[in-house]
Amino acid sequence: MDTLALLADGFGIALTWQNLALALIGCFLGSVMGALPGLGPANGVAILIPLAFSLGLDPVAAMILLTSVYYGAMYGGRISSILLNIPGDEPALMTTLDGYPMAVQGRAGEALAISGVASFVGAFLATWGLVFLAPLLVKVALLFGPAEYFALFALAFATLGGIAAQNQAKSAFAAALGLGIAMVGVDGQTGVPRLTFGEVHLYDGIDFLVAIVGLFALSEVFIFLEHRGEGSGKGKAAEVGIGRIVPPLALLKSCTPTMLRSSFLGFVAGVLPGAGASLGSFISYSIEKRLVDRDGRFGNGDPRGVAAPEAGNNAAAGGALVPMLALGVPGSGTTAVLLAMLLALNITPGPLLFQNNPDVVWGLIAALFIGNFMLLAMNIPMVGLFVRVLLVPPRILMPVVAMVSFVGIYGISGSTFDLLVMIVFGVLGWLLRKLNVPLVPVILGVLLGNLMEANLRRALTISDGDWSALLASPLSIGLWLIAVVGFVLPVFLAPLLRRRMAMRKDEEGSIVD
Amino acid sequence: MSDRILGAAGLAVAIFYIWSATLIELSFISDPVGPRTFPIIIGVLLGLASIVILLRPDAEPHWPSIGRFAEIAGAVVVMVAYALLLPVAGFVIATAGASAVLTWRLGTAPLYAVIAGILTSLGIYAVFHLVLGLTLARGPLGF
Repeated sequence: MDTLALLADGFGIALTWQNLALALIGCFLGSVMGALPGLGPANGVAILIPLAFSLGLDPVAAMILLTSVYYGAMYGGRISSILLNIPGDEPALMTTLDGYPMAVQGRAGEALAISGVASFVGAFLATWGLVFLAPLLVKVALLFGPAEYFALFALAFATLGGIAAQNQAKSAFAAALGLGIAMVGVDGQTGVPRLTFGEVHLYDGIDFLVAIVGLFALSEVFIFLEHRGEGSGKGKAAEVGIGRIVPPLALLKSCTPTMLRSSFLGFVAGVLPGAGASLGSFISYSIEKRLVDRDGRFGNGDPRGVAAPEAGNNAAAGGALVPMLALGVPGSGTTAVLLAMLLALNITPGPLLFQNNPDVVWGLIAALFIGNFMLLAMNIPMVGLFVRVLLVPPRILMPVVAMVSFVGIYGISGSTFDLLVMIVFGVLGWLLRKLNVPLVPVILGVLLGNLMEANLRRALTISDGDWSALLASPLSIGLWLIAVVGFVLPVFLAPLLRRRMAMRKDEEGSIVD
Repeated sequence: MSDRILGAAGLAVAIFYIWSATLIELSFISDPVGPRTFPIIIGVLLGLASIVILLRPDAEPHWPSIGRFAEIAGAVVVMVAYALLLPVAGFVIATAGASAVLTWRLGTAPLYAVIAGILTSLGIYAVFHLVLGLTLARGPLGF
């Protein structure tokens, strides 16, 4: 087993004191950020990227820190879902359905424990999936030429909105906006400045870290400012009793089949482009309800209803790393942010990553395994600590988030101009969120724009300007077909799917309220 | 209405973008595609998406009241002032000021806001500069 030998080497890399410490810090920070309503995995990772960068961490260490934050945030999201009925992040939405009723019945500790175990099972199995699936995907990716890569990028953009995308015109708008921003700066191939309007600061282009932190972290501050004083869910956490924290064995046993099935579904949802963790937890919950809920207890505080979405969304988080590492094409917002980190470190994910930097890949995967055990240890006995974090009011917290964002960006470049650009992106991010324009395609566009153009131009240089080269191989035709279907399908399917999601939420939410 | 404005603005940006793209200088070394083509494709995509948004707007989003708009504009002003003052006043002073104002506007009582601002600033300084060794803006007082 070649893969297992590589994985063993990875453990050798990950098991240094520095990397273990980083994984521990990352898991802790991630759990905190996930638990706080409003700060999800994408924001959490975005805030920490500039820091990892300006601290001069080597690629392995930086990726270990950030993926630990990512996994940690997926774990942490459930805490406020269960205790406050407010999802800590979007994928944790389904966890509120059974988690909060359990908390109301005084079984919050049980719900936290079972969801912690479910998160562990999901993430653990998904990391194994990553171990075996990623190298297979790499073999496929080696068949890719520039034309296929161009099609793959198009596919990533087309499907990014997901099956439940609200408005495909807005997804396309967002993607074009991001790609357009990426074009600013000196053209890599001919050396002419493009769209810089004579501003010297723009010759380097707009740093995607600046764009990411502005769009994700600063816009969050504006959102809080806008909703100041509304819906004070804070403080309720103290009132809901935690109860016992260790899950009874019988309960674990009854939830095991649910966790296994949900992990599998979540992993598949994570790997597929455009599905992501939210869909992973939704599908897991729905299927599980259909399969095991014979007497209608889902929605009234059934532990299996907590285990299913948590296993599902954590497995999806692991699954989403597969296309990111193997193809260099992220399937979700957070993996796009992680990809930004790799690119900033001058590492291009994709098949070559597995050949040239096996230490990064396998060290990272080993760190994910280690991080998982750390998270399990943190999230079962020490969950009370994170619950207390929920009591920090956002009016104190959000300025800290803003200031840390500034520190991170200033730490990289020491340039006031970059800070101003970041503020512009913060305002833009707020406006786009108000107008329901998704932010992830913007980020992906800024991130991948230059790579996408480079592949297009390489393909056409090889074919000497013949545009039909883009559709020359069956592989690229296939990719374009999926892209088109993936883009068009939600237009018909999304209203249906969203109505069902809303219906389920109403149906089961009505008992809660 | 908001979406129609978004669509119209997007369309204007797209037209301006395409026009700017046609002005990109061509260099004597060039590939078959050249530096203009891809930006033009993006501009066209942006324009098409904008037209669809313009013609088929979504339901109106929930906009905040004028007062809240002013709050957000105020926060932007604070942040811009912070960015400009950072190299002049130094990290600790600028950060204490900016976070005090932000936490005040988010609903902390003024006196507590000043305390929270100073603690935030010192906390970040301690963690990021003293522990992690990050270079922060150094003011005339050396911090």
